[in-house]
Amino acid sequence: MSTAFPRALIVGASSGIGATLALKLAGTGAKVAAVARRQAELDALAAQSSGRVLPYAGDVLDYAATPALFDRIVEDLGGLDLFIYNAGVMPPVEESEYNFDKDRQMIEVNFLAAVQWANLAAAHFEAARAGVLCGISSVAGERGRRGSPVYTASKAGLTAYFEAMRNRLTRYGVRVVTIKPGPVETPMTAGLKLPLMIPADRAADEIISALEGGATEAYVPAIWRPIMFVVRNVPSFVFTKTNI
Amino acid sequence: MPPRPLAQSPRKVFDGFGFCQRSVSAFVQPRSVEDVAAVLSRASEEGVRLGMRGSGRSYGDAALNGGGLILDMRHMGRVLSWDAERGVIEAEPGLTIRELWTRTLADGWWPPVVSGTAWPTLGGCVAMNIHGKNHFRMGGISDHVLELDLITPGGEHVTLSPTRDPELFFAVLGGFGMLGVVTRIKLQLKRVYSGRLKVQQFHTPTLQSQLERFEQHTQDSDYLVSWVDCITSGGGLGRAQIHRATYLHEGEDPAGVAMLSPAKQDLPGHIMGVPKSVVPKLLKLFSFNLGMQAVNLVKYAASVVGSTKPYLQGHAAFHFLLDYVPEFRQSYAPGGFIQYQPFVPKEAALPVLTEILRRSQRAGIVSYLGVLKRYRPDRVLLPHALDGYSLAMDFPVTAANKADLWRLCGELSDVVTEAGGRFYPAKDSVLRPQDVQRAWGQDRLSRFAALRRRADPRGVLRTEWAERVGLDVFDR
Repeated sequence: MSTAFPRALIVGASSGIGATLALKLAGTGAKVAAVARRQAELDALAAQSSGRVLPYAGDVLDYAATPALFDRIVEDLGGLDLFIYNAGVMPPVEESEYNFDKDRQMIEVNFLAAVQWANLAAAHFEAARAGVLCGISSVAGERGRRGSPVYTASKAGLTAYFEAMRNRLTRYGVRVVTIKPGPVETPMTAGLKLPLMIPADRAADEIISALEGGATEAYVPAIWRPIMFVVRNVPSFVFTKTNI
Repeated sequence: MPPRPLAQSPRKVFDGFGFCQRSVSAFVQPRSVEDVAAVLSRASEEGVRLGMRGSGRSYGDAALNGGGLILDMRHMGRVLSWDAERGVIEAEPGLTIRELWTRTLADGWWPPVVSGTAWPTLGGCVAMNIHGKNHFRMGGISDHVLELDLITPGGEHVTLSPTRDPELFFAVLGGFGMLGVVTRIKLQLKRVYSGRLKVQQFHTPTLQSQLERFEQHTQDSDYLVSWVDCITSGGGLGRAQIHRATYLHEGEDPAGVAMLSPAKQDLPGHIMGVPKSVVPKLLKLFSFNLGMQAVNLVKYAASVVGSTKPYLQGHAAFHFLLDYVPEFRQSYAPGGFIQYQPFVPKEAALPVLTEILRRSQRAGIVSYLGVLKRYRPDRVLLPHALDGYSLAMDFPVTAANKADLWRLCGELSDVVTEAGGRFYPAKDSVLRPQDVQRAWGQDRLSRFAALRRRADPRGVLRTEWAERVGLDVFDR
């Protein structure tokens, strides 16, 4: 089986979209380095993929360890063709709750650590004049929402960062892909009632199809594109009166 | 809190001036001698390999250190002292040639040796022992360095001069940054009485006549350089346009005294009537063999019909051809270009340069720009100069021609070393270990390795160039 991405790296791969992506990419013949905190989950992925998923236990918030871990992975893979940042957290935030601990965790995991990892991959790809740099952002990043102020801010930041990377790297033959999923059934969304929820398996299929098809921005599923077009253009004075 | 390990420093993609070689490195930017000493000592402790970089004007990989640490010296560029009576300047290594002359010219002093661009830093100039269009008279910049301060990775702080540890002094000069970090450079400048040079251009229809004219004029010229048409074959092989220039004596050019003001040295806005901002785009249109043949033909024809009467030209305009069109490299996008610059003893110059031009033409890989210069022997341990000539040739690099270009350069290097020739690290992208072995010989290389063991016992210093040509190998 031929794969478009022989050497892939997924950060945030122990469950949900990341784990599914890792297994599916491995199924196409790719060697996939999977980074996550939980060794046992990573080992299970390695076993399920007949060893094509390579487990790397690591915490994205261990900023001091990240550069060396990235270098080790690239060396082990013998290069890098695809980088995906998928790590994300969305702790429940109640109405009228202003919780800096949760806010900080979301900004760090969803945005700051993404910047650190993607910077490393971007420099590698810029020097190589090749590669695909992918960030799993969210439709949530398109408007600031009352129910999840900092989650939406972290994803808005991630979307802007990946757009900037695209503007920086396209001239060097590097493709930068922003994925904007709507709600997906994963441990992160367990117990939540969200609209148009799709299984992680389908989300992963659509992401891979966007990666293989040359997209630079993809809504998952595609129906979110027209929906978000409308949502983006709702005037603020109307938005303040909604429960979105 | 202990300082962050050097390997966790910010990273950057660095490239060579020819932008066909690049790599990712962590980098630090020292601002003082203490910073440099601290980085060297920590690099040694942490097992991080470190390469120095100034303005990044080396064409290939001489200022690259992929996977390691780059010591970016541009923030150590202060003038430490300037003696306008004696023309002696002391400066930190990050000072550029441009910053140097803009400081000293108004007092009537010009750097005795400058490269074809004003952007290199003094540290880079010293590490590469740069030459100008006057090597045959003034030697390399090493001939004008009075003193150097050096910090070695081994922890030594030493002041070197032609009389203080001359062996190390003449190895650090032209030692491509492998013996330590130079933190202070004391340089003797050249007295000038006008902001202008007297320049004369003429053409020579063959390589032989070109070399003869060079030999005629080495005594009565301060600068000699020729642009060589590397594309035309047959009877016109190696035809050229020569520029010779001389300094003006005291009182010879009263109007030129005002030109000692740096503001009057601005580079012209037009080249042969074309606005310089348009030149890269125009060149790009002609960036194929036939197109460049046409450009070379027009340029040569212009020199044939042009006047040979001397004219006056500002120092900056005469020297810094590459700076006329800052974006000239874009005409080589996207693959970039290399410069191949062999140095050949004068007795062998005619046959070897003929062979080089013919071989490249036969291979269908021709240089779009060739520059010939004359040299005298050099005192440094690893010199590129010799009593002879260099022919610098720019070659565009493309995905299609790369393997053939490297093969051709390998063949040319065999021809050059067979004739006792040498090469220049600052320009190189293609040399192999055997080329360097033959060019410098075992004796010089052994002495260099011994000095390196003394200065850098743990092998902290590294560049991609040194590693590629096999000079990074020694018993650690």
